[in-house]
Amino acid sequence: MIEIDDLRFSIAGRRIFDGLNLRIASGTVTAIMGPSGTGKTTLLRMITGQLRPGSGSVRVDGREVPALDRAGLYDLRRHIGMLFQNSALLTDDTVFDNVAFPLREHTRLPERLIRTVVLTKLHAVGLRGAARLMPSELSGGMARRVALARAMALDPDLLLYDEPFAGLDPISLGMILRLIKVNNDVLGVTSVVVSHDVEQISRIADYCYVVSGGRVIGEGTPEQLRHSDSALIQQFMSGAADGPVPFHYPASPYRDELLGGRS
Amino acid sequence: MESTPARELGAGMFILLGFASLFFLATQTTNVESYVNDKGYTVTARFEDVAGLKERAPVTMAGVTIGRVERISFDPKALNAVVSMRISPEFDEIPDDSDAAILTAGLLGSKYVGIGPGGSETYLKNNSQIQLTQSAIVLENIIGKLLFKLGMENDSSKPAE
Amino acid sequence: MGRLAQIGRRLAQAIRKLGSVVLFLLTMLQAMPYALRRPRLVTVQIHNAGVLSLVIIMTSGFFVGMVVGLQGYDAFSRLRQEDLLGAAAALSLIKELGPVVTALLFAGRAGTALTAEIGLMKATDQLSAMEVMAIDPMGRIVAPRFLGGLIAVPFLTAIFNSVGILGAYFVGVQLMGVDNGAFWSQMQEYVDSGDIREGIIKSLAFGGAASLVAVFEGYTADRTAEGVGLATTRTVVVTSVLVLILDYMITSFLL
Ligand SMILES: Nc1ncnc2c1ncn2[C@@H]1O[C@H](COP(=O)(O)OP(=O)(O)O)[C@@H](O)[C@H]1O
Ligand SMILES: [Mg+2]
Repeated sequence: MIEIDDLRFSIAGRRIFDGLNLRIASGTVTAIMGPSGTGKTTLLRMITGQLRPGSGSVRVDGREVPALDRAGLYDLRRHIGMLFQNSALLTDDTVFDNVAFPLREHTRLPERLIRTVVLTKLHAVGLRGAARLMPSELSGGMARRVALARAMALDPDLLLYDEPFAGLDPISLGMILRLIKVNNDVLGVTSVVVSHDVEQISRIADYCYVVSGGRVIGEGTPEQLRHSDSALIQQFMSGAADGPVPFHYPASPYRDELLGGRS
Repeated sequence: MESTPARELGAGMFILLGFASLFFLATQTTNVESYVNDKGYTVTARFEDVAGLKERAPVTMAGVTIGRVERISFDPKALNAVVSMRISPEFDEIPDDSDAAILTAGLLGSKYVGIGPGGSETYLKNNSQIQLTQSAIVLENIIGKLLFKLGMENDSSKPAE
Repeated sequence: MGRLAQIGRRLAQAIRKLGSVVLFLLTMLQAMPYALRRPRLVTVQIHNAGVLSLVIIMTSGFFVGMVVGLQGYDAFSRLRQEDLLGAAAALSLIKELGPVVTALLFAGRAGTALTAEIGLMKATDQLSAMEVMAIDPMGRIVAPRFLGGLIAVPFLTAIFNSVGILGAYFVGVQLMGVDNGAFWSQMQEYVDSGDIREGIIKSLAFGGAASLVAVFEGYTADRTAEGVGLATTRTVVVTSVLVLILDYMITSFLL
């Protein structure tokens, strides 16, 4: 479904990707893990064509994304749903109108049918009863479920989740986890889940990539990664405070600095 | 947040209020006559002195505005002022021997042109010239003359005493 | 030497900014058909820009008119020409004060709201989300707001002028005792359709400029709370300066 080859990209003078390669198979749940700021969100924006890479190739469904024109991009995006880290619901519209938004824009369905579709989607995320609420009246977990219903509105083939577990209470987290699983198992949607929550993602991912320093430093099933002999991956999977990624930001020796003021 | 229909109603009322204001400005603040500025016909008149007359000043007949001063220029040969006036088209039977005078509204008010009717059977038409004119009365001149005359009378009365 | 280089850099920056505004405008014009096919979106924005500015516009208009009436009365009474008050008030409101003050108030009331709204939508990924949903935020969000402002400002100006003239009437005729008939007849004597046309041309230009600045600043704001705040400030500053410069240019062209 997604093939990324030798991706290179810099923004504001900083190198984000430096020869990144990955493959995402149709119908799977693929996790992309990595420390904050490595460019996971940026990677998703490349897949949707919102950003163009410096060089390298990004193919989605056989289409070379950076080469697509506007119409081609918009056509591609109709088959992609994306769940944003902060939900990104339209603050002026009700829950119902948020989910109806892509339907009203892209289909000519009569309002009666739109209502049916919207209520079905909201029911799937357990929020049919919240249809009349405004986004400001929702909790973080509810907002993310509404955003998921909206992302699913046009029955996409590919769903991108950006940090779907961040900042959720255990119950909401469980719900999201289940929804990702159901979407994949029942509807056959290809899922890409960006997260650094190793424990949660391991429960649903078929395959994982660990990204750091602009390239893939490890890949495999969650089981394989747990037994990886790379110290960096070990540190990441176990969440150790110190290791190849040091606890201390580079600094002059502690002793010297403390005594430095006096001498 | 208000509903869309409510906001549409609000927007509609706003536009109505805006148009009402435009209508008010168009009818109350400005003379509708100025819209028909390019209609009618032009006549000219020469004056020795137009002191204080301004472009767009009214041209009246029997106190009724029948047109406006369009342009005031100076003829360097004849050494007098040429005033062209645009007369509204409905006033098309003004005798061509009528006279024009520069008058003052009140003692110190603004100047305007007054047309006094003649008796001719032929009428003014486009580019006609009004022959009989009376210049602006300049108050300073009158007062000056008055003082001079008073002085003369005083002088002539002295020897008689 | 260093100073010269700095001036050069500043200049280059300003030119780049101008270029990006032009580019932004062109992109927005491209997205116009989308907005025009959805008049409902524009109507809602006319409401937001117009109705919500109405109270401040009418209040300010009335007081500006009263001040003009008071100052005008003071000046004309020294010349024994009180009758000209109506004409002077109407001319100064229609040609200058109305368009300029309305545009400045609009920037403060509606322009900042537009900038903050769009900036916040950007910061919370709402604009990105639309792009991913294959909906162009330029057509869906930016263009209707620009059109709403462009349409609302001339009407707001007309309302400001009318209320202002009533304010001058209130002070001049009701309080100071200028003759009612003279007030209106002198106004009609001296104001002509060209003056009103000048005011409308100005208000259209100011409305376009103020709305463009507001949506541009919002759309290009940094994705942070601080970035949105700064963009809001820039909207007011840039609009104010731009309106005053445009005012001089248009006046010198039309006089
Ligand atoms: N518009 C931008 N300008 C400058 N730097 C950016 C911009 N967008 C992202 N970055 C930088 O790119 C890096 C990757 O960002 P992001 O993809 O959001 O990381 P992640 O999602 O993995 O936490 C970050 O260090 C961020 O500072
Ligand atoms: Mg991120």
